[in-house]
Amino acid sequence: MPEPMGFYTDTTVCIGCKACEVACKEWNQLPATGGGRHEMSGDSYDNTQRLDGIHWRHVKFVEQFSEDRNDGRWLMMSDVCKHCVRAPCLEVCPTGAIIRTEFDTVVIQSDACNGCRLCIAACPFGVIDINPASDTAQKCTLCYDRLQVGMEPACSQACPTDSIRFGTIRELKQQAETRVRQLHQLGERRARLYGADQKFLGGLNSFYLLVDEPETYGLPRSPRMPTRNLLPSALLSTAGAVVIALLGLVGLRKRLMDDRAEPREDADV
Amino acid sequence: MEQSDCIVFEGSNMAECHPVAFRWPMRAKVEHGAKLIHVDPRFTRTSAMCDIYAPIRAGGDIGFLGGLINYVINNERWNTNSFFREYLLNYTNAAVIIREDFKGTEELDGVFSGLMKYSGGAPEWPYDGFLGAYQTDSWQYARHGEEQGQPRGGEENAAPGRSTAQRPVRPDEPLDEVIRSLRKPVPLRDDTLRNPRCVFQLLKRHFSRYTPEMVEQVTGCPQATFTKVAETILENSGRDRTTSFAYAVAWTQHTNGPQVIGCCALLQLLLGNIGRPGGGIMALRGHASIQGSTDVPTLYHSIHGYMPAPSALKAHQSLREYLATEGTATSYWANMPKFLVSYFKSMYGSAATPENQFGYDWHPKISGDHSHMPMFVAMADGRVKGMLCIGQNPATSLNAGLERKGMRQLEWLVVKDNFLIETATFWNRAPEVESGDVKPEDIKTEVFFFPSAQVAEIDGSFTNTQRMLQWHFKAADPPGQCRSDPWFTHQLALRLKRLYADSALPRDEGFKKLTWDFDPDDPSKESIPGEPDLKKVLREINGYYTGDPTRHLAGFDELKDDGSTTCASWIYCGVYPAADRNLAARREPDPPGVPGAELNWGWAWPANRRVLYNRASADPQGRPWSERKKWVWWDGKQWTGYDVPDFSLTKAPSAPGNPKGIGLDAFSGRQPFIMIPDGTGWLFNSSGLLDGPFPTHYEPAESPVRNALYRQQSSPVLKYWKHDGNPLASVGDPRFPYVITTYRLTEHYLSGVMSRWNPWLAELMPELFIELSPELAAEKGIRNTDWVRISSPRAHIRAKALVTRRMRPFRLGGKIVHQVGMPWHWGWEGVVTGDVTNTLTAMVGDPNVSIHEGKAFVCNVEKA
Repeated sequence: MPEPMGFYTDTTVCIGCKACEVACKEWNQLPATGGGRHEMSGDSYDNTQRLDGIHWRHVKFVEQFSEDRNDGRWLMMSDVCKHCVRAPCLEVCPTGAIIRTEFDTVVIQSDACNGCRLCIAACPFGVIDINPASDTAQKCTLCYDRLQVGMEPACSQACPTDSIRFGTIRELKQQAETRVRQLHQLGERRARLYGADQKFLGGLNSFYLLVDEPETYGLPRSPRMPTRNLLPSALLSTAGAVVIALLGLVGLRKRLMDDRAEPREDADV
Repeated sequence: MEQSDCIVFEGSNMAECHPVAFRWPMRAKVEHGAKLIHVDPRFTRTSAMCDIYAPIRAGGDIGFLGGLINYVINNERWNTNSFFREYLLNYTNAAVIIREDFKGTEELDGVFSGLMKYSGGAPEWPYDGFLGAYQTDSWQYARHGEEQGQPRGGEENAAPGRSTAQRPVRPDEPLDEVIRSLRKPVPLRDDTLRNPRCVFQLLKRHFSRYTPEMVEQVTGCPQATFTKVAETILENSGRDRTTSFAYAVAWTQHTNGPQVIGCCALLQLLLGNIGRPGGGIMALRGHASIQGSTDVPTLYHSIHGYMPAPSALKAHQSLREYLATEGTATSYWANMPKFLVSYFKSMYGSAATPENQFGYDWHPKISGDHSHMPMFVAMADGRVKGMLCIGQNPATSLNAGLERKGMRQLEWLVVKDNFLIETATFWNRAPEVESGDVKPEDIKTEVFFFPSAQVAEIDGSFTNTQRMLQWHFKAADPPGQCRSDPWFTHQLALRLKRLYADSALPRDEGFKKLTWDFDPDDPSKESIPGEPDLKKVLREINGYYTGDPTRHLAGFDELKDDGSTTCASWIYCGVYPAADRNLAARREPDPPGVPGAELNWGWAWPANRRVLYNRASADPQGRPWSERKKWVWWDGKQWTGYDVPDFSLTKAPSAPGNPKGIGLDAFSGRQPFIMIPDGTGWLFNSSGLLDGPFPTHYEPAESPVRNALYRQQSSPVLKYWKHDGNPLASVGDPRFPYVITTYRLTEHYLSGVMSRWNPWLAELMPELFIELSPELAAEKGIRNTDWVRISSPRAHIRAKALVTRRMRPFRLGGKIVHQVGMPWHWGWEGVVTGDVTNTLTAMVGDPNVSIHEGKAFVCNVEKA
């Protein structure tokens, strides 16, 4: 078994060039919105807007400027499937189409997907959607086909500034921690890692270095397994079930006792 | 750039337009904490990566750089640290005395002595465009034994219209004698730098007005930000640290672009940042191999290796007269006869003999400015018959309406491109045709379209910003009948040679004598019939011994002026030293952790040097300025180091120059700038630039404000082509109150031919837009993504609004000036279409290189 592999994305060196988006589409042969023709969003330089079935990489642009421009930042982040160690999509998939690979990445096998959309609802990051070309749920495969032949994923290979790094999670974490320390020393106290530890979903095999709150980048502060959201109601249901079961037991006992009182007619058969 | 301690991006949006090369600045930043600074009208992808963003309005670059110069020379550390003084005195012309009749902008309110009315040019080609011209006699060095104040020949005969050789020549004179006779007396110097006529004192006076207050008034950059930039650059320059600058076409595309770059060179010389690792000025090229196209030129005004094109307007009547006019006796350029004769041998082969001046008379001579803008103005006047258009899309180019008018007058037009681009459909799909103003049936132009192969479908070389040649290999054959540019050029040349073979006209001799031997040895092995052998082209450029073409030249030291060597471009000599050694194809990085110059990766001209003038990386005694910035040094016997030394290899630092010497013999062991006539870096330019020896802030040809520094508003010698379709707004014209700049996006390429047809790229930036500040948007009632009408004196177009705080209003003097910006990638063909931004631009240009001013002009915006 190879070591767990994944991405470390250092958003502080992302120049928003979108080479990752294009490399991903080219390698995975994903169509463009409207064949390329659609209206500009007006949301900074972001015209693809989100991750979905035909956008497996997406670069976010966040403009933060005070009115007098004395303070100003333009944050950019290349987003992708997080390849969660405890992946909600994988857990809810009824057909077993979503698998964990030998690289500890999460892959949807299109030929086994029936398009039920449960994984779309389950993903706390909004990564997955239907690709209209195949009518199945799709997302980043972390270039499983390339990994299998010893190649690097298309997006990280295309990244000119090494904002997207690919490697073993162990090494990536070391690099990320060094970079955070460096940024702290340089006075960037806001630098922090997102998903590098096991605080949520067992850790993310695609984790990020951010310089603002996760919400700024459209990332949930504490993403959860969908089953966790169900816990209170699940407890209630369990309690109800217990009550029903108790009642059932009472009924059963009564019947058994009645049975004993009245010998059955077919007892000798 | 990876070795820089501070990198200033000005006139460039490097992260956006050169994202791949931007990995080096990012490495400098991440790996050793280099400071990155962006100076720009817009907060861009580059600004986002920088430690300091300094906003300036478009057109303010010399104001800003001039301010830095003034700040530096008045800075205490600069005045007390021995490094700066040593570098300045030894490696620049700071101490040289300028003639007494020279007058600067302080005395003449914004112009220099020698300004005259332009009277040059040929009557057959009235398109040179100059508003005025300088007589540069007074800009010259004062020299021993010369009377001052008396007009005489210039350093390099740079003034336009000048047509006299520096001396008369005899027809049988040996070529090196012509050069020897150009030797000038030694210039006068004052090493105390106190003489009021020495370059340093002139410089000090010239830039004294460029105070931080004035910088703010001219550029709109807050003084505090400006000061922070100046301090950061100073902190990162010296013995132990170096700062580099990176610019691109946002410095060049002005009516004084070369002066902006010269201003930066001046600053970098003052800071001792030239010829050293992590220093320098990076000219980021706008297009793959654009550097190659100046080296083996597609430019009209020069021939290979930066030699001026023979001209009918100058004293170029014979080979010797050309040398007497363009030659120089000191510096490595004294070898020009060898470069030139070897070039003519490459042109005309065995037909080029000493008796016929190596075919000099067969070579075409230019008769004026034949660059892009005058060519299209002449076209609009019906003076041009046909055009071959390869890798250009003029239907969307400068003042595009006027360019299309030009194309309508052509008899024939050849377009060779990937798709039916706008230039191929200007006659049936252009806006003026759609609107009914022009009818296709009235256009007589016959258009031929040749589908083109893509770069991955051909072998060849790229020359990048670093002057490095890298060979690339074909990945696949082109589809169908698509053919490469080499195929097209080769086939055209073969057909033209056949066409002229029987001509008896003297003017066709050049075609008849032209050597053209690029057919492959075994054509049956070629998958594309008719493709030339590009290794043979490379051999022709590299050069060989005329008697035995299999013996390649190993370097330009081997060149001769007797015809025994053949070499198309002397600067590329050595890239292909043997038939089995194409050095451009090398891909060997230095071992990790070992300091080096990556000398086995590709090949950089000249002679595989990676840092030019790298003698300056050592102190006058030949020792590295510091251990950290070690690069090239004297080891007691010769120059050595990580790089190929850019100096006479065995000339000791203590060696004196020979006052009567020719070439490098004239220079001492302390004169690093071996291509410059006096071996120093020039703070003051006696020649080479037509618009002044010192950079001076002028307003763009169109500006909403008056020049705050001088009475002279714009460059007095800029080029303007007066034409019906090319009106200019007057200063402060209330109809066009906003400054507009144009630029490129990462997602698209040039006019979009390689990107707007690609759905993956088109989807990322689907529509043409204009970036404007919320302040201006509110003033004009424009909301984000609204349609906006943008107008200039030439045209009006539509685009979507992108309202963003990355744009800001500028306060210039007491006046608020709004700045807007537009990318120019769109046209009416392709997957995504949009209006042509370039229809707004004017045909005004710089006097030196005739580049247009697309980076700063005026416009109006209204809600559409």
